Amino acid sequence: MIAGLLTRLLQGVGVMLVVGLLAFAVSTKLGDPVNNMLGPNATIEEREAMTHELGLDQPFLLQYWRYLGRVLHGRLGVSYRLGIPVEELLAERLPASVELSGVAMLLTLLLGVPLGIYTALHRRSVLSKLVLGASLTGLSLPTFLVGLLLIFFFSVQLRWLPSSGRGQVVAIGPWTTGLLTLSGLRSLLLPSITLALFSLALLLRLVRGELLDVLHSDHIRFARARGLPDRAIHFRHALKNALLPVITVAALQLGNLLAFAVVTETVFQWPGMGLLFLQAVQFADVPVISTYLLLAAVTFVLINLAVDVSYRVLDPRVRSSRAGS
Amino acid sequence: MRRWQGAAFVGMVLAVGHAGAQTFRYASTGDVLTLDPHSADEALSNSFKNNVHEGLVRFDENLNPEPALAVSWKNVDPVTWRFQLRKGVTFHDGTPFTADDVVFSFARQSSKNSVMASHVSTIRTVRKIDDYTVEYVTKGPDPILLRNLTEHFIVSRKWCEQHATTEPVAGLKDETYATRHENGTGPFQVIERVPDTRTVLVPYPKWWDLPNRKYGITRAEFRPIANAATRLAALISGEVDLAYPIAPQDVPRVDGQKGFRVAKTSELRVLFLGMDQWRDESLDMPGSKKNPFKDVRVRRAVYQAIDEQAIHSKVMRGLAAPTGLIIPQGTEGYDPALRDRYPYDPAASRKLLAEAGYPDGFPVTLDCPNDRYINDEAICQSLVPMLARVGIKVTLNAQTKSKHFDKILRPSNNNTSLYLLGFSPETADAMATFVPVMTMTLEGSGAWNGGRYSNPQVEKLVAQIRVEMNPEKRRKLMSEVLRIHKEDFGHIPLHEQLVMWGVREGVEVKPDPRDRVQLRFVKMRQ
Repeated sequence: MIAGLLTRLLQGVGVMLVVGLLAFAVSTKLGDPVNNMLGPNATIEEREAMTHELGLDQPFLLQYWRYLGRVLHGRLGVSYRLGIPVEELLAERLPASVELSGVAMLLTLLLGVPLGIYTALHRRSVLSKLVLGASLTGLSLPTFLVGLLLIFFFSVQLRWLPSSGRGQVVAIGPWTTGLLTLSGLRSLLLPSITLALFSLALLLRLVRGELLDVLHSDHIRFARARGLPDRAIHFRHALKNALLPVITVAALQLGNLLAFAVVTETVFQWPGMGLLFLQAVQFADVPVISTYLLLAAVTFVLINLAVDVSYRVLDPRVRSSRAGS
Repeated sequence: MRRWQGAAFVGMVLAVGHAGAQTFRYASTGDVLTLDPHSADEALSNSFKNNVHEGLVRFDENLNPEPALAVSWKNVDPVTWRFQLRKGVTFHDGTPFTADDVVFSFARQSSKNSVMASHVSTIRTVRKIDDYTVEYVTKGPDPILLRNLTEHFIVSRKWCEQHATTEPVAGLKDETYATRHENGTGPFQVIERVPDTRTVLVPYPKWWDLPNRKYGITRAEFRPIANAATRLAALISGEVDLAYPIAPQDVPRVDGQKGFRVAKTSELRVLFLGMDQWRDESLDMPGSKKNPFKDVRVRRAVYQAIDEQAIHSKVMRGLAAPTGLIIPQGTEGYDPALRDRYPYDPAASRKLLAEAGYPDGFPVTLDCPNDRYINDEAICQSLVPMLARVGIKVTLNAQTKSKHFDKILRPSNNNTSLYLLGFSPETADAMATFVPVMTMTLEGSGAWNGGRYSNPQVEKLVAQIRVEMNPEKRRKLMSEVLRIHKEDFGHIPLHEQLVMWGVREGVEVKPDPRDRVQLRFVKMRQ
């Protein structure tokens, strides 16, 4: 088990190196930060001096080498846009992102799994059809449209909920939370629904599909033949087997929610990392972009690792096959 | 934390002072990048500076210089200006303002790391005469010193030294205390600052101009809302009192909503096309040994092939002011007699192209930003068929502003044949356009001259204007430059776009030609 984990970790490092190179390559091709930094009144000489100071006139590989050196020393750079160290910026934005994706994930799990089970077990009920229809909408509507529709109804027409921002937050040490104030909770509602909609629909359909598959498999038929009650069949035998792929997808969705809430955060001006990333892209703020992409890669590597571990715990077959190899 | 308590106290005092606190909440596309007035030269940051920081001179509502931290000035000789400083002014932390702060602020703003140095680049030195008198010595006679001083912000020497921020930050330097804190002398002081989320201000109760104050608000909250639809929703749902800019397509939506309107004025900015008049061979015609834009007939042909009226009515929905001048109205040196555009005339255009040796037109790439000006990409799209009608085959290259400016403004190898640019002479003086956009050989020139337009006559006149102190003569010379440039078809002006602010009923603001919301002019009714 430990050897397996180590291999995984090594692979993770490889992934990080590749992502690092890609992140850096992409972010240096986004345009010229110098003009954004210096503004309209700078002279040609001032622009050249800044280009030189940032090392942008160096060959690409040299720039990457230096960047790698800085990152390994823990210096992620200073945002070209805000003049604030990148790690500080990300630390400030992390709570907003984590709370948004955490709540969205919670919504996804708390609604997705039960609804998936319900629609699998009661295939012909009207409610199932409604839920499935709605989930199709959730899968096919683009996030920004969902967000804008919610804003239109709940903020502009009904004026129930705020259209943007995070509301009043409370600082607990370095962490800021909006979960403890009414305005914070109200602000969280629309963006988290918007963000959760896609993963909720996906998970619901996955749970339903897997469960239907398992319900037709031999061991369930056998259990039925043995005369076990429906309850035991559904929840003890079928669900356990159906949940394995669900865990993988749910975990990857968590990664997606964390790393790619860019659209939702932009629509709702949610002060998280996604919004920071988008603004960085528009400004060609290289240190922020490359660090963010690295962070996203770390997130996914860690989540995959966690999924692997959970497989070993949940699925005896995985454990034995690895043990034998 | 202590700062916060102090601020809360100030807030309480004010709330008691004015019955019924009037909070003014406003939103725009992005955030102020830093509170340090010398560390960013960018539209939104500049629009914010005057709320908390001041110079010796400030602009009134019509962009005319008026005394601020100086009460009077006179020329001792053509290069020496003596300023009498205002007495009894204090910074937001209570420190009195004196000549030492002026000398210090000049050093800070002109230091190597300052991105605002260009506004004080004509100044050689600043001398303290006594506590309330300073002398500015310029490198040569400088007719626009006063206008430039509106962007020369005074900070407290004591405060900067105390917080180790005697130099602004730029590039890879770490942030300093001044990035998130301010200590200006201006009408408002910042009591809360969360970058990219909100900035909260309250009036400074000891502001020197308080007796003449024009504002009627007791608290202001600025919020960045990047998405245009969300920003509009925030306005209409009553979460903000003012949102800007409003896109032309959203104007009817706001105006049609009861209790809301769009306040408009023409912006101090002209959108124009620039053409590469420098290369011997056009980038789009490799191997031809030809650059059509070097021929004034071709430049004229492109001009007359463009139906600006159609752009005005279809693309801009009537919300723009077509112009034939490279500088906007309201600029010192603007000459209304030269404003008329040459007529739209595709037949004449075709004839000119034939005369110039391009009867079948030529290929060209049009570089265009897609997120910088109002409907920028749509404007460029409409140009493609217009130019095709006279035989010019345009390939449109529309991209995000960072990439666009990188392409057209490369210092050593600018990379464009035809490009769209919108330029604002921020000091409201024609020279702010002449030098960077229309010359190549003078000190500081060429920074925004992507096509390297250079006419020896213009260069000579601009050099003259630079040191001409007589306003009448100066205006004449500027008019002459504008005339030559127009007949030269040096650039192709299209229009001035509009400043459009969405406001709710009860908010009284006059939209500002430089698109800056100045809190000291905002009034609110309950």
